[in-house]
Amino acid sequence: MTIQFNDETFRDDYSFHNSDRAIQRFPFPFHEDSYMYSVNMERHKGGPEGSVYEMRFDVDEHYLAEMKDRAMVLAEDPLRCQSLPHMTLAGWDLLELIMVSKSEDYPDLFELHREGSNWRWINRPMGIDQSFVFMDEASLPYGPMEYITRQAQGDFCILDQRDDNLWMDAGMVTTQADWSLDFDIGMNFFEWHAPVPKAHEMGIFVRALKFLLNIQQGSPARRLNWTLTVNPLLDTSPENYHKWGVQKTTLTPENLGRKQHLRVELQTFFRLPRSNALVFPIRCYLIAFEDLVSVPKWGRRLHRVLRDIPDELATYKGFIDNRPMLVDYLSQYDDGAETSPGVWPD
Amino acid sequence: MPNFEFPASIKSRPVYGRLEPRKGKFHLMIADGEGAEALIELAAADGALMAKSHIIYIPRDTGAGFAEKLTALGPAQLYIGPSYPAAVPRLRRVLADAHMGLQVYLTGTEGLMGQAMNEAMAAGIPHSAIQTEHRGSLARRMQCVHCKGITEDVMTDPFVCSHCGLHLFVRDHYSRRLAAFQGVRVDAEDPGNIPDPVELYS
Repeated sequence: MTIQFNDETFRDDYSFHNSDRAIQRFPFPFHEDSYMYSVNMERHKGGPEGSVYEMRFDVDEHYLAEMKDRAMVLAEDPLRCQSLPHMTLAGWDLLELIMVSKSEDYPDLFELHREGSNWRWINRPMGIDQSFVFMDEASLPYGPMEYITRQAQGDFCILDQRDDNLWMDAGMVTTQADWSLDFDIGMNFFEWHAPVPKAHEMGIFVRALKFLLNIQQGSPARRLNWTLTVNPLLDTSPENYHKWGVQKTTLTPENLGRKQHLRVELQTFFRLPRSNALVFPIRCYLIAFEDLVSVPKWGRRLHRVLRDIPDELATYKGFIDNRPMLVDYLSQYDDGAETSPGVWPD
Repeated sequence: MPNFEFPASIKSRPVYGRLEPRKGKFHLMIADGEGAEALIELAAADGALMAKSHIIYIPRDTGAGFAEKLTALGPAQLYIGPSYPAAVPRLRRVLADAHMGLQVYLTGTEGLMGQAMNEAMAAGIPHSAIQTEHRGSLARRMQCVHCKGITEDVMTDPFVCSHCGLHLFVRDHYSRRLAAFQGVRVDAEDPGNIPDPVELYS
């Protein structure tokens, strides 16, 4: 498989774009014509060939551009990557998991050679050839978590497990849907979810935590989450909200199809072998509404979902003010026909 | 002043209790403002406690009255300081000398308890040996999520960040590590449209 990497940006001129292939494989998150919270977990053991679920860590046409964007975010704000002192071992676990997975899943792009503790990592797309000593921090230019997550798409949270809870004790978070690692680091599962409306009362977090605490090595899990973003902006952080928030007001019926994006997070969960921590990659996929409606089922369904979603959720997800315009736009693509169950295009 | 019942809706906020005397070789009490009243009640509940106690007290705007009452309790050591930051070097010194069996009592404003709790935890005091009781001001200690600066004693929502000057709304999200709530620009989506400040909890 050869991937043609896009030359594109997620800021300023927003030249981000999806190829036809990327549109077809987009992880559309709605399996029916309505949406409510659920503990929508399933095993992460591959998926249809070519889908974003196929590999452990999906690499797509946006890889190089996303890594460039991450480097820019970190240069502006190093606090986006933090690891509490007891989490270094988990960082090595993560480095191993990603290097092994990518070199096995994409042998034409990544190579890992191991002789005892002497490892050599080749990342062809990024032009990296690094020899280092596994578990020796001084042999890498960054700590192990930062080193490998500067080369892997999506945000990464490493959750320590103790006292029957999960603790957000390390992370690389530059493409987040409006939450702050710097603020949340050190919190437990219920604390960092405190601002989410409704879900606590619905018992969602108690059930989700129970599921996550029991994830075993070699049996990763996954779920999807979603929100909406105006412009293909990866860094929708609270840190920079005072800069990007105003972009939401630039939407017009004319530019909406191009500017309004559905933002889907593929969240996966892997148990790490030495530290017993849980790594929680949050991979962000963006698609412009005008591309999304090119799949007729998705256009119909997104119209119905956004039209009927409770105000509280529309507020939390930050699109309550724009909702009438969005629903108006999408209604053009909803002829009232029945949609088939499941997320896949017909 | 009666104890304030905090709304249960903020999951990331600590739950404060009521101080009670515990068995221990030594007792460290850190209080500000009306927290002095909780210490006075504590002393009344166990007459032998104060002889083994070190009190670190910041009166805030309560004048000299509480300081005199605390002196009258006869603690083994009593420090009256002008501000929490001024008391921190002393607090760290005391914690560095702490032995097994130390009991810690924190009482007063949320900002004081949160910060002192972090110092105690960083010194390795187990959380089971630390008690808290809220007394006095309901003001919040706020971190600006944009510039990271801390603004103390915030009484209104929205408020002005004392570091970067942005108008921030008070998000109901609390970080124990920072001992602060999160402040987020209130007019980010409509610059200049700043709602009138309302008093917190009023």
